[in-house]
Amino acid sequence: MFIIDCPYCGKRDQTEFSCHGEAHIARPTDTQNLTDEQWGEYVFFRSNTKGLHRERWVHTHGCRRWFNALRNTVTDEIFATYRVGEVPPGAAESQP
Amino acid sequence: MKAYSLFSLARNAMSYHRNWQRVWRSPDPKKSYDVVIIGGGGHGLATAYYLATQCGVNNVAVLEKGWLGGGNTGRNTTIVRSNYLLDASAGIYEHAVKLWEGLSQELNYNVMFSQRGLLHLAHSVHDMQEIGRRGNAIYLNGIDSEFLTPQQVKEMLPIINLNCRYPVMGGLLQKRGGTARHDAVAWGYARGADAAGVDIIQNCEVTGIRVDNNKVVGVDTSRGYIGARKVGAVAAGNSSVIAEMAGFKLPLESYPLQALVSEPVKPIIDCVVMSNGIHVYVSQSDKGELVVGSGSDAYNSYSQRGSFDLIEHTVGPLCELFPLFSRLRMLRQWAGIVDVTVDRSPIMSKSPVENLYFNCGWGTGGFKATPGSGHAFAHSIANSEMNEIAAPFSIDRFNSGALIDEGAAAAVAH
Amino acid sequence: MTQAQRLDSGGLIDRSKPLRFTFDGKPYTGYAGDTLASALLANGVRLLGRSFKYHRPRGLIAAGSEEPNALVQLEEGAYTEPNTRATSVELYDGLVATSQNRWPSLEFDVGAVNSALSRFLPAGFYYKTFMWPASMWMTYEKFIRKAAGLGVSPTEPDPDVYHSTYAHCDVLVIGAGPAGLAAAAAAATSDARVMLVDEQSVPGGATTGRTLSDAYTQWFEQSVSQLHNNDNVTFLPRTTLTGYFDYNYLTAVEKITDHLGPGRGADKPRQRFWKIRAKQVIIAAGSIERPLVFADNDRPGVMLANAVDTYINRYGVLPGNDIAVFTNNDSAYLTALNASANGAKVTMVDTRKSVNAGLTSACEDAGIKVFTGHAITSVQGAKGVSSVRIMPLSDDSKSVAGQAWEIKCQIVANSGGWTPSAHMFSQSGGKLRYDNAIHGFVPDMSKAKSINPNVSAGACNGSFSTAKCLQEGSQAGVAAAAACGYQSTPGALPAVEEDGLGGIEAMWLVPTVHPVGEGSAKHFHDFQNDVTAADIHLAAREGFLSVEHLKRYTTTGMATDQGKTSNLNALAIMADIRGAQIPEVGTTTFRPPFTPLTFGAIGGQESGELFIQERHTPMHGCHVQSGAVFEDVGDWKRPWYYPKAGEDMHAAVQRESLAVRQSVGMLDASTLGKIDIQGRDAAAFLEMIYTNNWKNLGVGRCRYGLMLNEHGMIFDDGVTTRLADDHFHMTTTTGGAARVLGWLEEWLQTEWPEMQVYCTSVTEQWAVAALNGPRARELLQSVTDIDCSAEAFPFMSMREGKVAGIPARVFRISFTGELAYEINVPARYGRQLWQALQQAGKAHSLCLYGTETMHVIRAEKGFIIVGQDTDGTVTPLDMDMDWIVSKTKPDFIGKRSFVRSDTNRQGRPQFVGLLTKDPQVVLPEGAHIVAEVKDAPPMKTLGHVTSSYMSPNAERSIALALLNNGLQRKGDTVTIRLMNGDVVDAIVTDPVFIDKEGVRVRG
Repeated sequence: MFIIDCPYCGKRDQTEFSCHGEAHIARPTDTQNLTDEQWGEYVFFRSNTKGLHRERWVHTHGCRRWFNALRNTVTDEIFATYRVGEVPPGAAESQP
Repeated sequence: MKAYSLFSLARNAMSYHRNWQRVWRSPDPKKSYDVVIIGGGGHGLATAYYLATQCGVNNVAVLEKGWLGGGNTGRNTTIVRSNYLLDASAGIYEHAVKLWEGLSQELNYNVMFSQRGLLHLAHSVHDMQEIGRRGNAIYLNGIDSEFLTPQQVKEMLPIINLNCRYPVMGGLLQKRGGTARHDAVAWGYARGADAAGVDIIQNCEVTGIRVDNNKVVGVDTSRGYIGARKVGAVAAGNSSVIAEMAGFKLPLESYPLQALVSEPVKPIIDCVVMSNGIHVYVSQSDKGELVVGSGSDAYNSYSQRGSFDLIEHTVGPLCELFPLFSRLRMLRQWAGIVDVTVDRSPIMSKSPVENLYFNCGWGTGGFKATPGSGHAFAHSIANSEMNEIAAPFSIDRFNSGALIDEGAAAAVAH
Repeated sequence: MTQAQRLDSGGLIDRSKPLRFTFDGKPYTGYAGDTLASALLANGVRLLGRSFKYHRPRGLIAAGSEEPNALVQLEEGAYTEPNTRATSVELYDGLVATSQNRWPSLEFDVGAVNSALSRFLPAGFYYKTFMWPASMWMTYEKFIRKAAGLGVSPTEPDPDVYHSTYAHCDVLVIGAGPAGLAAAAAAATSDARVMLVDEQSVPGGATTGRTLSDAYTQWFEQSVSQLHNNDNVTFLPRTTLTGYFDYNYLTAVEKITDHLGPGRGADKPRQRFWKIRAKQVIIAAGSIERPLVFADNDRPGVMLANAVDTYINRYGVLPGNDIAVFTNNDSAYLTALNASANGAKVTMVDTRKSVNAGLTSACEDAGIKVFTGHAITSVQGAKGVSSVRIMPLSDDSKSVAGQAWEIKCQIVANSGGWTPSAHMFSQSGGKLRYDNAIHGFVPDMSKAKSINPNVSAGACNGSFSTAKCLQEGSQAGVAAAAACGYQSTPGALPAVEEDGLGGIEAMWLVPTVHPVGEGSAKHFHDFQNDVTAADIHLAAREGFLSVEHLKRYTTTGMATDQGKTSNLNALAIMADIRGAQIPEVGTTTFRPPFTPLTFGAIGGQESGELFIQERHTPMHGCHVQSGAVFEDVGDWKRPWYYPKAGEDMHAAVQRESLAVRQSVGMLDASTLGKIDIQGRDAAAFLEMIYTNNWKNLGVGRCRYGLMLNEHGMIFDDGVTTRLADDHFHMTTTTGGAARVLGWLEEWLQTEWPEMQVYCTSVTEQWAVAALNGPRARELLQSVTDIDCSAEAFPFMSMREGKVAGIPARVFRISFTGELAYEINVPARYGRQLWQALQQAGKAHSLCLYGTETMHVIRAEKGFIIVGQDTDGTVTPLDMDMDWIVSKTKPDFIGKRSFVRSDTNRQGRPQFVGLLTKDPQVVLPEGAHIVAEVKDAPPMKTLGHVTSSYMSPNAERSIALALLNNGLQRKGDTVTIRLMNGDVVDAIVTDPVFIDKEGVRVRG
């Protein structure tokens, strides 16, 4: 049961949030020029990282804003949360 | 391998059980193998067993980073069924159920496969349409399938509260469905594989996949390098980690999935009950514990810990459907790591690296498929070509769009 | 019956308040302050139950929640509760308890035949047998299931209510023994918010009922009273900490009325479930004494030494008059002296060859004979200990030899040392380390999980003396408060005499004259699950070497006590067999809950009326008045149909369906999802979200749209209206409302944050009445100031005005193919609107209709229902809806997926109509079309029926289907094979069965 620091509201209980998977996967702009493999990669394939994972959360029962989190998927420690568009914070010092 | 029987039990009792053999040896790894299986869970052990006993491939190692059956094999709710909608799913799961039906005898190990019936409940018009379609599809695939009225449901389950928040409108019964003893499946396959010459190596973690000219040549492990002509990765929640070692991604995400059991009580519920409508998945083990499936969190995790609110949202519906369970007690709760694909169907497939095969993505439902998955995967690896049952579950489907979308077919309310 | 074992004085019981109770139908009396266990013991009842597998007679082992044996069926009828630990049940007047797992009686149990056969039933015997013939397993299993299972489940709904609550605190202290009290007391001297939970009814932990020193007594009473009176402190007795989850989220269950007896809690809940977020956690959970594993150590009367102490000190019960104390450590000498001082004849048996002279001389002074270097090699007395035999241990303590002694006794008080209760630290994700000084696992603070700040104090940290407990507790309290930013000023701690474990020499398996597993004696370590040292040897022999395999194969530690007294013994015996150190074998995982947790407490509040609340539209009351039968659609209750007297569902739906097409019908459409979309880029956004064009939609005009996911599959639909250049009103399916809003926000916020678009759910802000039918216009016109003429208010447009005097948006859109208006008013006017239309409708033959009629008449027009006619695997092209897919837009969500090889292949399922050859036959929904009918399955299928109805307007049955390559099969005859064997022929048609030209909707 995480405590998540919403960049807009502050620390809240995990039950207020929902997670929506890996962050920083940009939708291709030239979709018609992609191969099926390139398109499939975007739609379905994920890093599923064991370790530091950048992921999208939304404060569903709160401000309804989407943001990103940097979390260790082994320990579930959340190192940072940051707004969409912000550069992910360096996590070198918190390598698992 | 010395056979187990009532007589062997009696004979051994006379010698104070001093002469039982090891169920599997614990050899040091050889320099190389024809096939290395990564992952000593049910699926991996079954693959090794069938490779050695049916495919003539005996020079096989199973590498397990911890202890056999310590992943999802030992953490699931032991449900076995084959009542799936789509032909490809029916193909693999029914193949598995048929193998389950003779498995104790095949392995000479009692896996306690108990066909006590599996009942899906429908709580809305939409549910009725869903089981209507699925029931017909199952039937026409040659698998047993029966519709029950609410009254018939009540006869099977006298303790059910038909008039719950979403009243029970009907049920879909697979009589051949049921449960099995999860640990026994791993141990039984391990014993059989070992007897057929397979090296089962525990506490041996794969740390790298060696590839030469896009062809797999071996694996690095915590016990040194092991050469391999072929490698089958059967690592469930850790499959993406293995893929990353080989330099590619899989269409998988690993989530925590939780389950719980109650204290043991005398028989009170005689079949497996599944209610997607109000989220109850319960059966009673031979020991008497209620075995209850909980939910899966939506965040990626390898921690084998889930969120407690899911337990609350599991127990609430349980008490809603079976109000008399309210005074029973939860004895244990735990989590496993399930590897889930977008279409909720597994992957049994070649990979971008030659001779490296993957069997993963079983999500929340892998246990039931164990014999079928191992059997199909073994034959596919042996022939270097996915067999008819495994073929639809290729990784390529995520590029072509030929998803096997059981999830979409069952969900979406209007 | 007299309480023969009750002492004349002492203990925290109230001898002036006798309480009556029955066990197995026999009446007994105990006192207020007793547990069921202590009251039974006071009455000399030692045989309390039968074990799980061998049905061996069993009695009390412990006095606390670690008790493995003394499980009873508490109470009867709806209040009955199986597997209840007698040691955790506070006695109340009228209590009814029954023994378990025996038939026909506790004294004479047929199941005890298993004990005679035990030689043939070693660990895991069931994996090796019951396989022949294969068909017999289900029969064998039936008997196995009946034999297993301990107590019986209630068969009636639980009459009790439960409560759950959240709590937040700075410092949570687990356990109110000396360490926990000292910690809470210290932290509470600051401004920190402190919670203190303890599973017992009174604080004190291991010292309860003991007199350590006057200073301690004074400190204790003062601390407890100050904690009770401090507003910053929540002090919860009878509260067990059950689980420790990440980010210091902990759960606890408080027993509120259990100790009063069934039905006596008045208006209070039975139990309260606490969900606690603590900034800092102090674990002061104490330790659990572990038994020695010796021959037949399960006989009723063999108890833990500290249990004997507790029964004397806290409950004024001397468990037996002749007591043998068997130990490998110093702590049991206190028990021996205590029992002796209270009148027992005590014999001391110590496995150690050399023992602290102070202890032996104290024993001699008290008249206690001490045998050092001796072991108990057998215990006599099947249903209660009568004597033990002891023999000298060999030099290496691995065997016994020499002069045997027989010691008469009823009680064997034994101690194999103390195991710190590291459950909570382990649950928090911390790792344990083995401490050779105490022979137990203790928290390794270097391997704590950083997101769960906690510290262990006192016995659970391996510090057994009371003085050390006080000191560690107080320090932990100060540190925890400081970590939360508070300064504390703890008072002085009282001086107490040195106590605790003292010296210990490991003795994991006490030898007898026979090798382990031979002879008739059994060495139990897990009492409830009947697991013996021989079982561990067998497991090792067969290769089940890792601790998890050991557990699963032998079932050790898997019983309802979760191995509180057995786990370390099992590990140590395995280590000994393997010649390994204990930590090499591993540590077991401590899984929540600490003690079994009532389901009702976890989820009880979330069932019944509070399970998932029903959603009602503003007009709900009107529907009830009109006699509607309701359908569950998502969480909504929607009118399904409105039967008139004598009508069944079919008759009502046929009548309603005709009425809509012949006069006018009214449907409550309030549940449809509604999203208000505003902003400069709203139209551009919709271009990406929907498959068709939106930029060219005029203000005041409506358009139907389909939404796809990136796989190209349909996932929602609805009509969206342009209210202004930068303002749209979107509708969604009822079930999809939340999902669609989430979908829009996801794209806006994560992919196109540069777009200025703002989405707001307005589903519950608008009530909607849909008028459908040829007389809809005249009805609406009679109550509105809007010009409803076809010219002024064309199809697919919206007008604002007043309807029945209420400000309204009226959309001329149709889901029936009839002239139709959807009247939206602010929700608070919903009921008023409905009643006004009902009233005005009388002159226009208005008919109320529900969702079933809606389904029938939309099917007559071939309008799809997403989720019924589609299933998440079909594209708009599959649904023959390529008219709605823009050919000119460069991109929209899902577009790219259309050209994948499988998505554009031939032979995909496509949407068609079906007309059965016999117009009276209504196909079952879900029935399948087969390629070729055979006598029996399997049969290849070509598609399935998605919707099927008797259509009164088409005057025949109609059906919709997804059929492979269906668009090319129109006019073909296909065959549907039903599960009852019936075969139905049907013609593939266009899915529009009524008004194919679409004249009526534009009327």
